[in-house]
Amino acid sequence: MPEIRVDETRCKGCELCVTACNLKCIAMSETFSVTGYYPAKLAKLECCTGCGLCAQICPDLAIEVWK
Amino acid sequence: MKLINKKPSSLVDKPMRYCPGCGHGIVHRLIAEIMDELDIREHTVGVAPVGCAVFADEYFNCDMIQGPHGRGPAIATGIKRSKPECIVFSYQGDGDLASIGMAETVHSAARSENITIIFINNAIYGMTGGQMAPTTLLGQTSSTCPAGRSVAVNGYPIKVCEMLAQLEGARYLERTSVSTAPGVIKTKKAIKKAFQNQIDCVGFSMVEVLSTCPTNWGMTPVQGARFVDEKMTPIYPLGVFRSPEQ
Amino acid sequence: MAEKILMKGNEALAEGAVRAGCRFFAGYPITPQNEVPEYMSWRMPEVGGSFIQAESEVAAINMLYGASATGIRTMTSSSSPGISLKQEGISYCAGADLPIFFANVVRGGPGLGNIAAGQGDYFQSTRGGGHGDYYTIVMAPNCVEEMGNFPRRCYELAEKYRVPAMVLADAILGQMMEPVEFDFEPVDPKTLKAHDWALGIAAGRERRIVRSYDLREGKLELLNLERMERYRKIQEKEALHENRQTDDAKLVVAAYGTSSRIAAGAVKMARDKGMKVGLFRPITLWPFPTKALATIAEHVKNFLVVEMSMGQFVEDVRLAVCGTARVDLYARPAGVPSADEVFTEIEKVYQGIR
Ligand SMILES: Cc1ncc(C[n+]2csc(CCOP(=O)(O)OP(=O)(O)O)c2C)c(N)n1
Ligand code: SF4
Ligand SMILES: [Mg+2]
Repeated sequence: MPEIRVDETRCKGCELCVTACNLKCIAMSETFSVTGYYPAKLAKLECCTGCGLCAQICPDLAIEVWK
Repeated sequence: MKLINKKPSSLVDKPMRYCPGCGHGIVHRLIAEIMDELDIREHTVGVAPVGCAVFADEYFNCDMIQGPHGRGPAIATGIKRSKPECIVFSYQGDGDLASIGMAETVHSAARSENITIIFINNAIYGMTGGQMAPTTLLGQTSSTCPAGRSVAVNGYPIKVCEMLAQLEGARYLERTSVSTAPGVIKTKKAIKKAFQNQIDCVGFSMVEVLSTCPTNWGMTPVQGARFVDEKMTPIYPLGVFRSPEQ
Repeated sequence: MAEKILMKGNEALAEGAVRAGCRFFAGYPITPQNEVPEYMSWRMPEVGGSFIQAESEVAAINMLYGASATGIRTMTSSSSPGISLKQEGISYCAGADLPIFFANVVRGGPGLGNIAAGQGDYFQSTRGGGHGDYYTIVMAPNCVEEMGNFPRRCYELAEKYRVPAMVLADAILGQMMEPVEFDFEPVDPKTLKAHDWALGIAAGRERRIVRSYDLREGKLELLNLERMERYRKIQEKEALHENRQTDDAKLVVAAYGTSSRIAAGAVKMARDKGMKVGLFRPITLWPFPTKALATIAEHVKNFLVVEMSMGQFVEDVRLAVCGTARVDLYARPAGVPSADEVFTEIEKVYQGIR
């Protein structure tokens, strides 16, 4: 099952990945990270196809795509 | 399972200091991926501007030089003429390239210097806190046109690709946008071509990237991306303005 | 034995740089230094170097910034207004420790001034010139032969200390013709040692960064302190001057460049009339030969400064003698005095002594 892994130390919570994901798999965490942002997370595990669009738009190289 | 997007080795592995959602980070990653893919990291010299991307010299894992505001094309010219075996790119903002450094931009294009320019058009002076740029849209507010840019006071925004397209020396000019993921993919293709052109000794290549400055636009990154699509692209249409194949 | 060649000052300057290994020149036309880019436009390709007529002096100095960051010997030249435009770039070179070489063939100023000789750029040259805390090594030739031989010295000093170096000439030195004998064998750049800071092919080494900024707390001061130490060494070791008949002198005329040639004629006239007059001529204006002048001031209590400016050079003379001698000034801002006129001034001052 493809998935994304978000590096919470890099994510600045810009939410661009949330809009980039056509299948709406990504949401923002309700708790903030050590850097003080609400980082992105894979909200619906089974829906990720590993297309990598979220990683394309991510300005902070915070998303790893595993397939 | 396999990691399908390894971090490019042409980027130093540390967090970048750009604001949340800023397009600079996206374009940095693309350039680094391209350096990896073309296997040119060890003979690339990058020129960092004055602007938010002044720190590019810390982020790109190749030889770097940081110089005076707007003079990137002249600096790149000096490097390329002295070391033609190097791949030289200049990374510049819109204030840097289209205002203070316009003469260097135009003349390096006219000479068709065999260099690659990455031009980040975010319609604002990011680093200094959101003043009007030569690319600020009519009606768009900034800290030095708080009522919105007006023709009477500030004149018209400069369309750099359209202007440079008049020059025979400008061999490759393309405008792209990083407001959407497909736009990012297209931007990478364009920048890769701009580097490949240099390897093929084609001459002056520039990619203008429509980017965001959510911080100084007073928007969320998502609103900023929408602003690019809805407000900027009608004024700055995407596309190829000159190509070596022409 | 090297041959003597009849050359124009500006051509000697350009040829001297080429022989010293310069392989990159960028410049913008301005009188009275046009012979330099004109000469370089054919000479650079001949030796496998690059010549660029830049779109402005601003672009020219930044081309140098890039070219010299690759470790090669570079040159730009201009005249007063153009050098003003280059100051931001020179400051960046100083801040990034790049050993560029440039020449200012000074004209009358301020503003557009005229195209005749002047010495009004003394402060600009010796006090850094651009923004921030830095110095440029300044050599002041007074004949065409020195115009040809000083570039090599400038490169060597610039590279040794990693600072910009310049030749400060003027319209007369640039335009006049004299025989030149180069006092060094042409330098093959390939034989020069590669610099461990130069940008280029990074295979097998760490990447390098050339920059003038450091935003980390307290770091910029450390960089500047290190540079200050280099400046101190330059001041201690590299000052050059020439004394003529100062040992028994009651009055010493101090002058540099073209003024020193004219003053030498006037000093000779004074000696012919039995007056004990000598000449002190700094060859480097920065570092200023302070110690040499202070030594003269131990026994000479009267100085006459001759300069083609309002009183810039005189300040360094006064700082050097530090109140131990009287210093008079004959200022000709953008005027060229004759030897007779200088002699008249010498007589006036000399008669007033004791
Ligand atoms: C000679 C000079 N003038 C002005 C500045 C101040 N300055 C720094 S960045 C900047 C504007 C940068 O805007 P832009 O090129 O659009 O880059 P951005 O920050 O938006 O990416 C200015 C005016 C400077 N450093 N040097
Ligand atoms: S100020 Fe604007 S351009 Fe600069 S880093 Fe922030 S978002 Fe990016
Ligand atoms: Mg900008």
